[in-house]
Amino acid sequence: MGRIVIDRDVCKGCYLCVEACPKKLLKKSQTPNLHGDFPAEFVDEKNECIGCAMCAMNCPDVAIKEVYR
Amino acid sequence: METLVYKRPESLLKDGQFTFCPGCGHGVVLRIIAELIDEYNLKKDTIAISSVGCSIFLEKFFDLDVAGASHGRSPCVATGVKRCKPDKFVFTYQGDGDAATIGFNETIHTACRGEHITTIMINNTNFGMTGGQASATTLVGQVTTTTPKGRKPELTGYPLHAAEIIAGCEGTAYAARVAITTSKNIRQAKEAIRKAFEAQIKGLGYGFVEVLAACPTNWHMKPIEAVKHIDNIIEQVHPLGVFKDVSAQETK
Ligand SMILES: Cc1ncc(C[n+]2csc(CCOP(=O)(O)OP(=O)(O)O)c2C)c(N)n1
Ligand code: SF4
Ligand code: SF4
Ligand code: SF4
Ligand SMILES: [Mg+2]
Repeated sequence: MGRIVIDRDVCKGCYLCVEACPKKLLKKSQTPNLHGDFPAEFVDEKNECIGCAMCAMNCPDVAIKEVYR
Repeated sequence: METLVYKRPESLLKDGQFTFCPGCGHGVVLRIIAELIDEYNLKKDTIAISSVGCSIFLEKFFDLDVAGASHGRSPCVATGVKRCKPDKFVFTYQGDGDAATIGFNETIHTACRGEHITTIMINNTNFGMTGGQASATTLVGQVTTTTPKGRKPELTGYPLHAAEIIAGCEGTAYAARVAITTSKNIRQAKEAIRKAFEAQIKGLGYGFVEVLAACPTNWHMKPIEAVKHIDNIIEQVHPLGVFKDVSAQETK
């Protein structure tokens, strides 16, 4: 079981993490951040995150700042 | 109990947010470099040499000592710094416009002299900072602001293959081309940059890694599309590979 921490005001909404997550646990948020971008959101209702950190690895802005396993 | 398996590297400034466009490849490469400097515990012993391009303000991103250089000349500044302070870990961070176009002469001679420095060259096949003009690495047919109908070889020649040319220089210890397009490729990119860093740490010679990276803004593509464009199109022209690895030859 894993968990990630996204800094939603650092996220620029490129969604490369959405593409990268093997479990499809990231999606576009419906509420904008400080800069008006719609950041990525981590939704893991069934505890599927494996803590692989692929989302963080693909993030160009280090907006995914922590991954736990 | 949960364990922290990934965190923002220490060698990046705590609030040093990247100023790049969404999906720009520079951020991934800077993060990989910071991770490696953390892993080798080199934070206090590193001098990074910045170049002219979108990544010009390295000091706003890295918690490292940074010296700036004029366009294309960071390998020369790095040479001077390394020769004066041979105990320091010195690398240049350059674009394709900087390292392979205006400054290619400097890059080649640094490789031929076998300077004990490392160059990371971000190849996004254009001058990103100035609005997307063609560079030496621009693909045949690629539309840029200076090749509005696509690059035509009869007018502007053929793309320059930097990693292969640098591999051909005797002073080069390691030369590779990688891409930061998938998790697998990002891992391989990190291993290549590690090898190029080790070439310096072990005193083997010049290390050069060309990284194919997206410039979604000037390519007029969405980030995900831009990243796919690298794997589908750019790698056909600029193939991934390790073109020289002196450490591998030694162990044979
Ligand atoms: C001597 C000199 N010539 C031209 C320029 C204008 N200039 C600024 S950045 C740049 C190109 C940068 O392209 P690249 O190195 O590929 O970096 P990118 O922005 O694509 O990452 C140019 C030509 C300059 N600053 N100095
Ligand atoms: S750590 Fe892995 S499984 Fe969890 S959100 Fe990130 S990419 Fe998905
Ligand atoms: S990859 Fe990073 S910047 Fe892009 S959407 Fe995901 S968290 Fe945001
Ligand atoms: S113009 Fe291109 S290289 Fe420069 S920050 Fe934007 S996406 Fe990155
Ligand atoms: Mg460029």
